[in-house]
Amino acid sequence: MSDDTTRLFIGLVGVLLTASVIAGVLSWRSPKPLPPTLDNLNARIKAWWIMVAGISFAFLFGTGGVILLFAFVSFAALREYVTLTNTRHADRWTLLGMFLIVNPVQYYLIWIDWYGLYSIFIPVYCFLAMPALTAMRGDTSRFLERVSEQQWGIMLSVYCISHVPALVTLPIPGNEGRGLLLIAFLIATVQGSDVLQYVFGKLFGRHKVAPSISPSKTWEGLIGGIASASLMGAGLYWLTPFSPIEAGVLAVLSCVMGFFGGLVASAIKRDRGVKDWGHMIEGHGGMLDRADSLVFAAPVFFHIVRYAWT
Amino acid sequence: MRGGASLLQIVSGSVLAVFARAVTGVRPIWAGSAPNGRQRIYFANHASHGDFILVSTCLTPVERSRTAAVAGADYWDSGRVRRFISRRLLRTVLVERNWVERTADPMQVMIDALGTGQSLIFFPEGTRNMTEEPLLRFRSGLYNLAAARPDVELVPCWIENMSRVLPKGALLPIPLLCRVVFGEPVRLDEGEDRKTFLDRARQALLALAPQRDGDSR
Repeated sequence: MSDDTTRLFIGLVGVLLTASVIAGVLSWRSPKPLPPTLDNLNARIKAWWIMVAGISFAFLFGTGGVILLFAFVSFAALREYVTLTNTRHADRWTLLGMFLIVNPVQYYLIWIDWYGLYSIFIPVYCFLAMPALTAMRGDTSRFLERVSEQQWGIMLSVYCISHVPALVTLPIPGNEGRGLLLIAFLIATVQGSDVLQYVFGKLFGRHKVAPSISPSKTWEGLIGGIASASLMGAGLYWLTPFSPIEAGVLAVLSCVMGFFGGLVASAIKRDRGVKDWGHMIEGHGGMLDRADSLVFAAPVFFHIVRYAWT
Repeated sequence: MRGGASLLQIVSGSVLAVFARAVTGVRPIWAGSAPNGRQRIYFANHASHGDFILVSTCLTPVERSRTAAVAGADYWDSGRVRRFISRRLLRTVLVERNWVERTADPMQVMIDALGTGQSLIFFPEGTRNMTEEPLLRFRSGLYNLAAARPDVELVPCWIENMSRVLPKGALLPIPLLCRVVFGEPVRLDEGEDRKTFLDRARQALLALAPQRDGDSR
């Protein structure tokens, strides 16, 4: 592992320790039982610790570890997504195929670095094969709805998320052996933007962006969060093959995409009448609640970097 | 030997619990009946063979090792594979549901099992619910157990989504999130008649089902 990896790791642990200490002091001084905001903050900090631990552990095993980690993230995300959709008995084989074939194959294609196939495997082949399989079973009740939900689920949970580990395979001249740091850059920027939007929203939030979708997304939070996270991204340029300005521009783009990801995820949850995607981390939301922004940011980030740097 | 379970049963119980968690991410919601070490009858809605695995996965390892599922002998005692699963691998109390041909009174079999200190997982509908109704009418078994052993806690358990994971006739489970909601124990009141009690127990179980349009999840 390079010096940069060590620096990044120490930096992350430092940030989390600071956050934990602040939240601990706030919780200690606050009246009991804790107000929901503080409860939520504690839960988020705990989730970040778990996330950092999980990602660091996967990094120890290199590319294979990161691919396996994100294959698991996709599995968990897909499971949460499918739980909220309409499924009928006739969908069994399609659904099983999504979990047992599509997800492993997509990540295997990334492992063997077959760009030509992993970028069209789901949007072309699965796009056609899944409704064909469902149609073969003959149940036409809400057919369009079921098929569309499956397509969306596999695109969001597997295809989009798989572009995070795919970053390792990009042959960027001068960046050999530093692919994992590019992943760290993307995750830190996008997750940092989530956190900072939340903080700015709590501190200064007045005007809601989309009141009918999410009461917690405000213009103040959005602008403050994205601006500060993009500055942070520019400051993390040393992780990447980019100049500080390039890193900042890519960070803005990723943060904006991340915001849209969160917004779309909220709209789906609102449609289904649920607050959280699941209960992965002690009843405080599921995988998609933390990964929704990455879902939208990863493929766009991937393709821009691939187009401009390789 | 713990709670009368064989080593094989304890091991296969733990393996199944790990598997059930991997597939369904199941989480117990203790809504009025946190684990307290007392002998219990867990009565649950029933639509899938996976139901009792889900309930036992939610229990503490000690409680799991002394908990047996009440299952139909006509199904689980027919054929060598099923008999191996139900008698060797899992902890079950097999009862004969067929009135005409049965050789042992199912009530007596269950009361004997309770007599050895076991907790039971019990499906008061008597069979898997294949209808659109959320819950069928309860058979009288639950009332008879409550009357025979008033000291045993009757805990309603609402199993959510398992029928989508593993419906009737399916071999491979689809990974979907499941929950089991454990409600407040139901007690047979002094002089309460059979029908009133069964209705009340059924309502107590139904009340644990999630409201689909609210923020209950």
